[in-house]
Amino acid sequence: MSISVSISHQIGKFALDADFSIEEPGITALFGPSGSGKTTIINIIAGLTRPRRGRVQLGDRVLFDHARSINLAIRKRRVGYVFQDARLFPHMSVHDNLYYGAKRNRLKLAASDQQDIIEMLGIHKLLHRQPNNLSGGEKQRVALGRALLANPDVLLLDEPLSALDQARKEEILPYFESLRDQRKLPILYVSHAIDEVARLADQMVVIDNGKTLANGSVFDMLGRTDLAPLAGQFDTGTVLPARVASRDPKAQVSFLDCAGQRIVVPYLGHAINTPVRLHIRARDVMIARTPPAGISANNVIPVTIIRMAGSNNDTLDISLAFGHDLDAIHTGPASDRPSIHARITSWSANRLNLGLHQKVFAVIKSVTVNGHLREQ
Amino acid sequence: MITLTPAEIDALLLSLRISGVAVACALPLAVLTATALALGRFPGRFILDACVHLPLILPPVVMGYLLLIGFGTRAPLGAWLYETFDIRFVFSWTGAALASAIVSFPFQVRAIRLSLENVNHGLYQAAESLGAGPIDRFFSLTLPLAWPGIIAGAITAFAASLGEFGAIITFVSNIPGETRTLPLAIYTAIQTPGGELAAARLAALSIGLAFTGLLLSELAMRRIRKRNAS
Repeated sequence: MSISVSISHQIGKFALDADFSIEEPGITALFGPSGSGKTTIINIIAGLTRPRRGRVQLGDRVLFDHARSINLAIRKRRVGYVFQDARLFPHMSVHDNLYYGAKRNRLKLAASDQQDIIEMLGIHKLLHRQPNNLSGGEKQRVALGRALLANPDVLLLDEPLSALDQARKEEILPYFESLRDQRKLPILYVSHAIDEVARLADQMVVIDNGKTLANGSVFDMLGRTDLAPLAGQFDTGTVLPARVASRDPKAQVSFLDCAGQRIVVPYLGHAINTPVRLHIRARDVMIARTPPAGISANNVIPVTIIRMAGSNNDTLDISLAFGHDLDAIHTGPASDRPSIHARITSWSANRLNLGLHQKVFAVIKSVTVNGHLREQ
Repeated sequence: MITLTPAEIDALLLSLRISGVAVACALPLAVLTATALALGRFPGRFILDACVHLPLILPPVVMGYLLLIGFGTRAPLGAWLYETFDIRFVFSWTGAALASAIVSFPFQVRAIRLSLENVNHGLYQAAESLGAGPIDRFFSLTLPLAWPGIIAGAITAFAASLGEFGAIITFVSNIPGETRTLPLAIYTAIQTPGGELAAARLAALSIGLAFTGLLLSELAMRRIRKRNAS
């Protein structure tokens, strides 16, 4: 099911111009700072907000077309919406909340599918509870279940984790991961938290000040240093696919293979060969001219400088391709060779006399490994 | 245990019946009006709002007088009702119920409207995205969530109509066993030489009734609030 959005809208002085399309299932993050118009975009898809002009299409159904005066009623759009604040119906049990949409839909899921969703979300034990005595995390899981049981064509998630503390987030994230991997459903995930996006999203639409700036795979987007000025939250970094190569429970480390490069991370429970996703933030990468000895950082990777750009006066964003061989300098966005980003001060760059195509070493202070990666 | 005289029992039962019928008949209309005022956006909303509140500010005697002109057997509307449906309001307990219903109507509408306005609008959006149409949403969300207000409105209106005097005595007079409710009985007792004790007993009965009503409404509200808290 593809989604294409091309709309313009005006709220007071704020102008929204969104133009993007999503062809693949999986999670697409709508990423941008607060107030950039992300929520308005999904409200327009859901029909809660009517744009001034444009067109919204879901699969072969036109949900909105200004030119043809089409504006499908919210309840006929078949969108599953999970709100920031859950919005469970307070006077109904969890069970009645879950089946509210399912009862009203003609295209019902099979009973076994409904059971699977309830099991997947781990809410089968909550069915007879009232929403007011659920925890925040449980409420969001029920809200997610309620949207899924209505058998929507697209799932819209409006910062579903933002009202939760870190522990509750960790409790819910795995459910989103299994949702992404098990259901063939396009999911639009609004977020301003880069770690959530890096962990969950396959595709990413970057929005700032009402404009869609870029869109593409999360691996490409997160590495783009030109998007870095986009608020402080856009913590430039790199997301790389890798596999668990070996592990040593005694030493509490796992060894990952990322395009032939060995990367050491704190011990992971994952079995050998499990695909994982690495998130390396640019500010956690140091650059050394010679391989440093006697340092605590576990990962020292030979790399070649392929790009240097000043993000502002005092810092430099440097792109580094893996390897010291001659081909490394030809690493581009389309190549298979992984590259990572380092953010260092201009002063250090001058001191080290860094230049394009120079062979250096990337010292990685920390690597975040995010769950398991979807099998491509 | 103080026993009530047959006349006192008559007045008490009549009061309860008139108020009960008045509230029960006005309630659906009050819910509808409150919904229109709370959620509707239509021209003339302000005028409807003013009309609903009119009985609150008009002197009850004026209300009774207006009812008499409107529903008297010689008035066009009253005559038509009498001839077509054999419904006569003047000098009958049904007229007392009509007067009570109109006078207590604003109390119901205000309470119901307040609770409707307190329902989180986001819930309607959630319901709509799950496929619920407007009538469906009214019965599955609006009505159950507004219960506290509906109960509170009904009880306040019931209490207010128990105390109605001016409109009733003007519209349907003071007929024992037909329109002589508790306040009218108290008034009659005070007018009768040596009726002070009778008046005091009836007044005590009224106070007891009012307290019971308040207590019941508080209990009902607590239960519902507990259930609806989110």
